[in-house]
Amino acid sequence: MGSSKSTLQHIPNAQELIQETGFSPAHIQRLYERFDLLDRDQMGRLRVPDFEAIQELAENPIGDRIIGAFFASGKDTVDFPSFVRVLAHFQPTDANRSRDSAPEPYTSPNRKLRFAFQLYDQDRDGKISRAELLQVLQEMLGLQVSDEQLQSIAERAIQEADLDQDDAISFEEFKQSLEKVDIDQKMRIGFLS
Amino acid sequence: MISTAELREAMKKLLGQQVGHRDLEEILRDIDLNGDGQVDFEEFVRMMSRGLFSVILMTWTVCTSEPLCWVVLSLSLWWTLLLVFIIVPSVAGISFGIRSLYMRALLQIFKWTSSQMEIRAKEKNEELYKPYSNGIIAKQPSLSLMQQQQQLRCCSSDCAFSDALFFSRRAVESIVDDEVTKCFSAQELENWNLLTRSNCRFRHISLRLTVLWGLGLLLRYCLLLPLRVALAVSGVPLLLVLTPLVSCLPDGALHSGLSEKVHIVCYGVFVRALTAIITYHHQENKPRDGGICVANHTTPIDIIILANDGCYSLVGQVHGGLMGLLQRALVKASSHIWFERSEAKDRHLVAKRLGDHVADKNKPPILIFPEGTCINNTSVMMFKKGSFEVGCSVYPVAIKYDPRFGDAFWNSSKCGIISYLLWTMSSWAIVCSVWYLPPMKREDGESAVDFSNRVKSAIAAQGGLVDLVWDGALKRSKVKDDLKKEQQKLYSKVLMFDRDLRNRNNI
Repeated sequence: MGSSKSTLQHIPNAQELIQETGFSPAHIQRLYERFDLLDRDQMGRLRVPDFEAIQELAENPIGDRIIGAFFASGKDTVDFPSFVRVLAHFQPTDANRSRDSAPEPYTSPNRKLRFAFQLYDQDRDGKISRAELLQVLQEMLGLQVSDEQLQSIAERAIQEADLDQDDAISFEEFKQSLEKVDIDQKMRIGFLS
Repeated sequence: MISTAELREAMKKLLGQQVGHRDLEEILRDIDLNGDGQVDFEEFVRMMSRGLFSVILMTWTVCTSEPLCWVVLSLSLWWTLLLVFIIVPSVAGISFGIRSLYMRALLQIFKWTSSQMEIRAKEKNEELYKPYSNGIIAKQPSLSLMQQQQQLRCCSSDCAFSDALFFSRRAVESIVDDEVTKCFSAQELENWNLLTRSNCRFRHISLRLTVLWGLGLLLRYCLLLPLRVALAVSGVPLLLVLTPLVSCLPDGALHSGLSEKVHIVCYGVFVRALTAIITYHHQENKPRDGGICVANHTTPIDIIILANDGCYSLVGQVHGGLMGLLQRALVKASSHIWFERSEAKDRHLVAKRLGDHVADKNKPPILIFPEGTCINNTSVMMFKKGSFEVGCSVYPVAIKYDPRFGDAFWNSSKCGIISYLLWTMSSWAIVCSVWYLPPMKREDGESAVDFSNRVKSAIAAQGGLVDLVWDGALKRSKVKDDLKKEQQKLYSKVLMFDRDLRNRNNI
């Protein structure tokens, strides 16, 4: 134990992270401890097996997809700043403490929606194709529904959301369909202060 | 009467040709005080005692001139002190009350330490960093499937996309804080207990605290650790020597009485070697013969703590080396169940041997730790159903350690058993409470798994531990897919329900 200021010294770039993401110093400290705990081989970076070791995550149908969201394309390790940046999306919108000079705070509804969009759009082409939607539904439902039911669910979802009839859902259409949904409330984790 | 001639002959034989005739005559003259040519009994005694005295004197002069002999002397002095002040009272069952005094003194010091730290933090106008024992995020208690269904239903709107948000939030919550991973690291303390190991970010706070910490370090490593190691090291040969001795006796009241006494003495020595301050509750429920005793597992020391209060049969694999020696010695005293490595895989064989042992009412109860691995004493994880299938009474025991005096949890992936023992012996003390719960039996129609969960809840409730459904032994391998299927089933139910509702409304 010691004073909170001095304990952040061993975390690299702590002050920049605080500014960028809006987490408090205490949050960063706790997240660093969590990162350290998950990092089984103590290399300062997380790998996919480190995430897979979390038993509760293995229970989640789209757990693998969420794990993938932490890893930037082409990389197979996550360092602490990237870890924190992903988690920053799940802060409450009103807890935005980042400075005005930041391009767009992590907690804005737009950023949150973009994160959610990228969960679906795995090939990063800016559109959710029918195949990608089917894939997500397949993961969430597994073998519990038949193929036809799966197809019809996907069909309905696309019909409702696809406004320009190009058989794919762009980011704007995605935002439109989630208009009535309180994004902040759905994508928020109650970080204890 | 010994004649001087006889004595001369004897001396010549003893001392050989080195002693000259004149020296011999001088010696004899010294002995034969009245000069009658005969050595009577009194003169004989005087001669021998003078000889003994000179032997002691010689030894003393030799010893003090050699450093090795100093070491041997001080060690034997040490051992005598140990014997007198620790081992003998434990055998006789007397307690000087030193340990409770020690505990109270330590608690006062810890309180003072934390108040000092708070004062200093206020002076520097900074927030005192306290580890959050409640976690990073406000997590909802683990919901049953019904509750999860309801939550999903109210979250799910007409849009299919929002459901993925629900799962993604749950997933990220698990990444930030999950119940299982923190069960395998040492428990965090509210206040610092002057051990650097429980405060990995030790910073110089004030001179007084650092001095106190230094004094504590000195006390622990220079006084307590050598004392404890000496006790432990003398306890093991004691066990190895006494148990075969007792087993040589014919079966009977004397045999069982003595073997119990030996058991109590040896485990008493081990308990003192760890400075374990144990409080046993509800001893009327102590496991009796012909049953299985199950307890939550935190450290291998659990065995010593429980065996201190009764005889148990242990179950385990046969090891080689010192462990194997110990196992063989223990088997002579009472019946333990040791399996060869190949046999341990055969579940039917294991169940059969357990069943046979339990059926014999003369044998002591079997001690089993159904979690299969050491957990950090904040929670209880899934019990393996093997011991609950045998069909006898199960005696649950809850063990709770007080982490302020030393962390008892053994993280087998971080350190080996010897370094763990040294670590434990250089903490302040091991303070724990043991609760004996009333025996439980499997009800009609209850499956072994349900029975094990019932026992687990009882132990968790008594010990103030969190009752988790996760399997602790899986920490090194991947989780099965069954849990994921449960979640998928849940979601499909909700989705289908919504669709039916919508279809019905459309019609």
